[in-house]
Amino acid sequence: MPQEYKLLLKHADADGYSNDLECYERNGGYAALRQALAIAPAGDTTPQAQLRKSVLDSGLRGRGGAGFSCGLKWSFVRHPNPKPVYLICNADESEPGTFKDRQIIYKDPHQLIEGMIISCWANHVNLAYIYIRGEFTEGAKILNTALAEARAKGYLGKNILGSGHDLEIHVHRGAGAYICGEETGLIESLEGKRAYPRIKPPYFPAALGLYMCPTIVNNVETLCNVKHIVEMGAEPFAKLGTPNNTGTRLVSLSGDVKNPGYFEIETGKVTLGELIQNENFGGGLREGRTLQAIIPGGSSSKVLKAGETFKVGETEIDLLDVPYDFDTLMKIGTMSGSGAIIVIDDSRDIVECLANLAEFYAHESCGQCTPCREGSLWMNKALHRMTHGDARAEDADYLKHIAHNIQGRTICAFGEACAWPVLSFVEKFRDEFEAKAK
Amino acid sequence: MPFTPTEKLSTEVAELITHYPEGESRSASLMVLHAIQDEAGYISAEAMQWAAAEIGVKPMHLYELVTFYPMLREEPPGKFVLKVCRTLSCAMAGGTELHKNICNKLKLDPNAHGLQTTEDGKFSIEFAECLASCGTGPVMMCNNDFHEAVTEEKSNEILGSCE
Repeated sequence: MPQEYKLLLKHADADGYSNDLECYERNGGYAALRQALAIAPAGDTTPQAQLRKSVLDSGLRGRGGAGFSCGLKWSFVRHPNPKPVYLICNADESEPGTFKDRQIIYKDPHQLIEGMIISCWANHVNLAYIYIRGEFTEGAKILNTALAEARAKGYLGKNILGSGHDLEIHVHRGAGAYICGEETGLIESLEGKRAYPRIKPPYFPAALGLYMCPTIVNNVETLCNVKHIVEMGAEPFAKLGTPNNTGTRLVSLSGDVKNPGYFEIETGKVTLGELIQNENFGGGLREGRTLQAIIPGGSSSKVLKAGETFKVGETEIDLLDVPYDFDTLMKIGTMSGSGAIIVIDDSRDIVECLANLAEFYAHESCGQCTPCREGSLWMNKALHRMTHGDARAEDADYLKHIAHNIQGRTICAFGEACAWPVLSFVEKFRDEFEAKAK
Repeated sequence: MPFTPTEKLSTEVAELITHYPEGESRSASLMVLHAIQDEAGYISAEAMQWAAAEIGVKPMHLYELVTFYPMLREEPPGKFVLKVCRTLSCAMAGGTELHKNICNKLKLDPNAHGLQTTEDGKFSIEFAECLASCGTGPVMMCNNDFHEAVTEEKSNEILGSCE
């Protein structure tokens, strides 16, 4: 029977666990930080370089959506660097379907802060920010309280725990714009501007990030994992999960299942079908319902249709037997993104589901690039019309045409994020879209 | 009439500016605008002028933020601002009906998605995009309070407790 594996969420929901420093320390908190600060130089290799190597060796991949190697991202920053290096925790959790970072921020904020302090130390960072979405008002308060506690104990401030390293972390609140989750948009926003993403090249954050200085932007879950890599060692950490998909994954499950919620699994050790049907997870669909579709990795991922089979390696596997990891989801033409699964049963009008998402993207396009600004609105208008009794026979092709003219033609990945759902819904459920015109 | 900040706001703004490196005070803009709105409920043109001088930017630099970020408001809203999540998981869990029911109760347009305020100025309601609690939909916020799995009965209680 597939089980949860609790690493990051080991304490968060435990009876009597609270989000204050005293409780965190009582449960072994900040031991990993002391451990990290005590690493001795090995020959010419600094303790920081050892730690960065350890994160690279652990195979940790970014949990925000792209699944890019964390160690590799860190390695793009040169040391010693003539400019100050900044670290930003991306806590702008706003990909529809995702509600995992919220659990850590609200219930176990010191785990994030410890992960951040270790990461800052490893990357020679003296000033870091937590960019938290504006609607998490309570979350921002909790983090500020936790940061004040950490400061009072000497985990932050001048010469942290006698290490000679200075570090300050501040909370910076967003104000309701999804585009701030895109790392260069986030940086613009943190600089006090509209969150217009920057074009890459040249503005790779590792070289020209915050204030045109090298900047590391990592998701909440990613930074928490750094603490566990220090605690466990890179090799044991890499044994969790599956090869190239190491560690655990926080999965947000919503939509038409009996038991929606968040679950922590060893990456790739549980299948999509188990996550939806097993009683340890989603508990199956409601009585009398059958599966229609799965959005596997946040609303921007390509939709999967019930009954689809995929050739993975030599074998043909059913959609429900797909292991929930980074690589297999990519192989079958979609992505695990932010780890958010939305289940859609046969009672739903699939065109209305897409219309709902199209409205989201039309609202959230930052407006900088014409194809995205205009295209997201056109797709929304067309889908609104289609779901309000005015569909046309050519609409399916019209939607695909617009989407094709957005993806690959924008500064940031929002273009793909708004085009992919449209392309995949229309392609896989073409009959439903055409039926609207009848 | 020029904007007169409270002492609390002045202190808070001065503190916020110290959170950013020297010469980068523009970074404090969003946090300063939040501080103003948290206190006054909205951000007036006069408040922007005052804040711009404190931060050391042009008022235009703040105005471009107020007109970009959905949470920031130029007009005073009702005493209680209700944000109902509109996005897919919540919509599937009944978010659309929740918004409609509350609008009907407050004699507001159930088809409007943007901010609308009751005549007596007590309530404002708007749809918000994904509030990141998709497993417990439909969700809504009442000012800063977050409510999950909001049934019609629960929404009545929430509205009833607004005094």
